Amino acid sequence: MTTTDMPRKADADSARAVSRKRPRGTVGGGLRRAVPATTLLWVLAALYGLPVLWFVLSSFKPAGDLFSLPLTLFPEDPTVSGYKAAWDSANFSQYFINTTIVCVIATILTVGVSCCTGYALAKYDNKWLKVFFVGILATTMLPSEVMLAPQFLVVRDLGLYNSLAGIILPAVLTATGCFMFRQFFLTVPDELIEAARIDGARELSIFLRIMVPISRPIMLTLAILSFQWRWNDYIWPLLMLNDPEKFTVQIGIQSLVGAQNINWSLVLGGSVISMIPLIVVFLVFQRYVMNADINAGLKD
Amino acid sequence: MTKRAPDVSASPPRSRSKYTLAPLVLIAANVVLFALFFVWPAVIGLVYSFTNYTGVGVFQFIGLDNYSRLFGDSTFFDALTRTLLYTVLFVPLNFVLSLLIANVLVSKHAKGASVARVFFFIPWLLSPIVVGVLWRWLFGENFGLVNYLIEKAGGSAVPWQSNADLSLIVVVVAASWAWTGFSMLLFIAAIKNVPTSYYEAAALDGAGPWRQFFSITLPSIAPTSFIVILLNTIHGMKEYPLFASLNNGGPGTSNNLLVQYIYQTGFKAGQIGYASAASFVLMLILMAVAIIQLMVNRRVENR
Repeated sequence: MTTTDMPRKADADSARAVSRKRPRGTVGGGLRRAVPATTLLWVLAALYGLPVLWFVLSSFKPAGDLFSLPLTLFPEDPTVSGYKAAWDSANFSQYFINTTIVCVIATILTVGVSCCTGYALAKYDNKWLKVFFVGILATTMLPSEVMLAPQFLVVRDLGLYNSLAGIILPAVLTATGCFMFRQFFLTVPDELIEAARIDGARELSIFLRIMVPISRPIMLTLAILSFQWRWNDYIWPLLMLNDPEKFTVQIGIQSLVGAQNINWSLVLGGSVISMIPLIVVFLVFQRYVMNADINAGLKD
Repeated sequence: MTKRAPDVSASPPRSRSKYTLAPLVLIAANVVLFALFFVWPAVIGLVYSFTNYTGVGVFQFIGLDNYSRLFGDSTFFDALTRTLLYTVLFVPLNFVLSLLIANVLVSKHAKGASVARVFFFIPWLLSPIVVGVLWRWLFGENFGLVNYLIEKAGGSAVPWQSNADLSLIVVVVAASWAWTGFSMLLFIAAIKNVPTSYYEAAALDGAGPWRQFFSITLPSIAPTSFIVILLNTIHGMKEYPLFASLNNGGPGTSNNLLVQYIYQTGFKAGQIGYASAASFVLMLILMAVAIIQLMVNRRVENR
């Protein structure tokens, strides 16, 4: 019974968000106030959108046209030669495969591990859990950048240097993920668990069969966040990898910019390619991100 | 404190504390990760900061030498001051922009807010590397769109890349642009939670939009403002990828920030011990920043 109520709560939330929107146009005061507010909104939106638009449109210009004056917003004869050059020259397909592997595996592990931990922290009372909770809190105090050097040595000593596992495993431990699940499971009534126990369910099967399914909205939110963190990671993969066959997309792009004479056509194409997957993921799942209450200290 | 807690809760819901195995199984994976990738590095980092370890071979304990060397190292101090300057510029700019945008977005008068929100959000999705490339493209000295527009308007080209201060400002603007989406999201959630009855009452008393903003919105979202400032400060102190792709810490080495300094001494020059010491100085600064902000926050809330 209650199981079916949980996802419905999310629906109710989004329904409320919709009903909030409705009175907008009809409120008195009308046009006099709507015009300046709308103008300000769209001027700001243009300021934020234009750099990306200029960047993306430029990437469709042939290399010779990039700097020809007067500058034009739209490419006169659009071409994908920059994209082709980037894809071929920098072994981009390999970088893409590597980054996708890292993102997918790291995200699955992050969601799984955080879900287990968050549930245990929310629903069990145990001395060791409290100690561990303080430990998780500590990881937010000590930013990963501070531990670059020692963490590098540890991962190297574990034999993970120059492997994708060396990028994935340290990333799985995230305080944010544990907090998100903990907060969610705190809202799940204990009676639900009690009822299952009375019915003779064992602890882990309560978790797997009841708790995991109802936490789907949180799983999706964390999955999107985790995917974004890993897709955009730069400094840790840079330290971990020295074999160009294993490079991730971000390292690939940075190595294109690092060259003495930048081939802008190549760099623009490569950069735009690199942002497509995230934008697609975001556009598909944006309502989950936008509705997520991410007021808890966010840190990757 | 941790010892007493289980006894307190043991009496009413007895059932919760009698399970030991299940919770431990559930957290096992994370405990292993925590020990491997947090405790172990933190401990050896602290130990190495007192040694002359280079990453290979034997090392000696040299006491506080690394730390005293840091205080005499002008490169470190340049990186530190530059990092602080960057943070002091970035945090307020990001704060003002994201608060302004959040307010406009939740305003019932602004049309098309749900579409416009995507425009503010996309920059946050882009990786710092791509953001760096994009702004480098916009602010190129000879070819960039910005200089082109300035020259069109009758001005002369601005040396965005070759002047150290200007190139820092470009990074500040780029970072604020990229991070607005995140801070904005937190502000929107906070502003939506302010009871509308406050505004209705204020409107009845004749308070205009500005008055309402400063007397109701701003005080009501103070906790969120605090989180935004704290997270942005910590983020600003650790910035590196954006610099790496926008100007590579240039011109020259004038915009090498702390993390870049740690990266270069530790991994390029192989001075792990020394880099670990620099890391711990960065950590102490971050903790001091967090504690000061917590204290200020508490004082404001108690008022």
